[in-house]
Amino acid sequence: MQTTVDSDACLSPPYRTMEPAQMSNPGVAAKLSVQELSAWHGEKQVLVRVSLDLPEHEISAVIGPSGCGKSTLIRCLNRMHELVPGATHRGSIQLDGEDIYASGVDPVLIRRRVGMVFQKPNPFPTMSIRDNVLAGLRLTGMRPGDLDAVVESALQQAALWSEVKDRLREPGTSLSGGQQQRLCIARALAVEPEVLLLDEPCSALDPIATTRIEDLLGTLRERYTIVIVTHNMQQAARVSQQTAFLLQGELVEFTETDALFTKPKDKRTEDYVTGKFG
Amino acid sequence: MARPASMRRSRRVGEALIERSMLGCALLSVVTTAAILAILVRQTGEFFAEVPISAFLFDTQWTPLFADKHFGIWPLLAGTFLTSAIAIAVALPFGLLAAIYLGEFATPRIRGVLKPTLELLAGVPTIVYGYFALVTLTPVLQKFMPELSGFNALAPGIVMGVMIIPMITSLGEDAISAVPGSVREGAYALGAGKLATVFRVVLPTALSGIAAAVVLAVSRAVGETMIVAIAAGQQPRLTLNPQVPVETMTAYIVQVGMGDTPTGTLEYRTIFVVGATLFAITFAANLLSQRWARRFRER
Repeated sequence: MQTTVDSDACLSPPYRTMEPAQMSNPGVAAKLSVQELSAWHGEKQVLVRVSLDLPEHEISAVIGPSGCGKSTLIRCLNRMHELVPGATHRGSIQLDGEDIYASGVDPVLIRRRVGMVFQKPNPFPTMSIRDNVLAGLRLTGMRPGDLDAVVESALQQAALWSEVKDRLREPGTSLSGGQQQRLCIARALAVEPEVLLLDEPCSALDPIATTRIEDLLGTLRERYTIVIVTHNMQQAARVSQQTAFLLQGELVEFTETDALFTKPKDKRTEDYVTGKFG
Repeated sequence: MARPASMRRSRRVGEALIERSMLGCALLSVVTTAAILAILVRQTGEFFAEVPISAFLFDTQWTPLFADKHFGIWPLLAGTFLTSAIAIAVALPFGLLAAIYLGEFATPRIRGVLKPTLELLAGVPTIVYGYFALVTLTPVLQKFMPELSGFNALAPGIVMGVMIIPMITSLGEDAISAVPGSVREGAYALGAGKLATVFRVVLPTALSGIAAAVVLAVSRAVGETMIVAIAAGQQPRLTLNPQVPVETMTAYIVQVGMGDTPTGTLEYRTIFVVGATLFAITFAANLLSQRWARRFRER
């Protein structure tokens, strides 16, 4: 069990705005380490000096009300944030100890190591199921020998293989919403990333499809480090090992999931997880 | 719900009146098309009562105004095809690349200046383009191509191409911009670079919209009249040589329409036969483009 004793000193609720919170789980190696990350959309600051360590081979959930900066946080983790016009940031993020924002680092290479799945399933509309899975390899100029093996392995990992193995040539958009989202997961996995970011991956899906994706995440954890943004607290509680609670761009609390939901340290976390606001 | 009956009634009458008048406006274009079609069909029918269809389809000469009359449509079709093909060859690469630049690479500020400026090109009267082709472009081209006749298919073709660039660019850019941002994000998130994302994901997704833009531009080129009437010469000639004078279907209609051909004669009816042929071609092209555009919107 990890402890969060170290971080408690930094949490002096409720007025902690100027004090950065360095929250980490000392027992586990950090795959991604975020330090003093602030981010802006134009003039509007959406993240305020967020620091947290995301442990390897675990699922970290990010929760918080709409507009709290959850999506911006994970979009900073694979440098998707900077694609939005007017988006800026300050602070550093380390992937295996290397600063992904250091000058000379190609964001394209970071995105190959840190894959992403979006809120709304977005298979490429002109491509077949098979081509969607292979899109990442083709678009980045990688040429693996056995394409069929890549397709099967990625679809197996995404728990979609048995449903689509006889219709790989059909358009990706012919699948149901839940299947499309798993196709997007397979597409992200096919390039063999180390980290998988999921931005509210189930918000457009029905409960059955949601359950399938949640089950899937449990098995993917063995091979990947996973960060999932969700507005659904039950989902965070079901799938994650640790949970970060963001409020108005500030990291209020980041700790073991059970602890965050059962004995939150911060009054604001308590109010949020007990449904007093949000 | 519980309004007085009189109020309900007057409102219903007013609504019906507005609805009817709007329906009338909508029907206007349908009725116009139907009327044009009816006249074309009638005159064409009368033409074919005198001239066998085989002469129209298989003769290689078009000389209805001469003593030795021939009614083969091919020279006019060739003229139209040649000038339109040149126009498309010019407009397609420039128009598409401009559309890709505006849609994917230009900053909003540059796009805000460039797009309206480009669309100004579409506002230049075609007679200006026509004289530009005849008195400016042809002499310039003759410096490089001594064989080039004073009237030719090349200069009006090129100028027509310039004229339809804004059409391809503007509609093409619309199609590219209509590709959802989520599609681009999906590609970027996989580690694709900008060029791979644009050319291998965004463009294929926008393809049917771009194709619709191109087909519309083609039908615009096929139907263009003034430029070719002025600068292409008026000699129906079955050739694909861009250096010699040719005549397009539209230019022929102008030539006969402005001449002293008496109504009701066979020469007069040739206008309608050529018009019907032109109508069939552009109508087919527009139908095609609408179908593509619809498929494009469904996505």
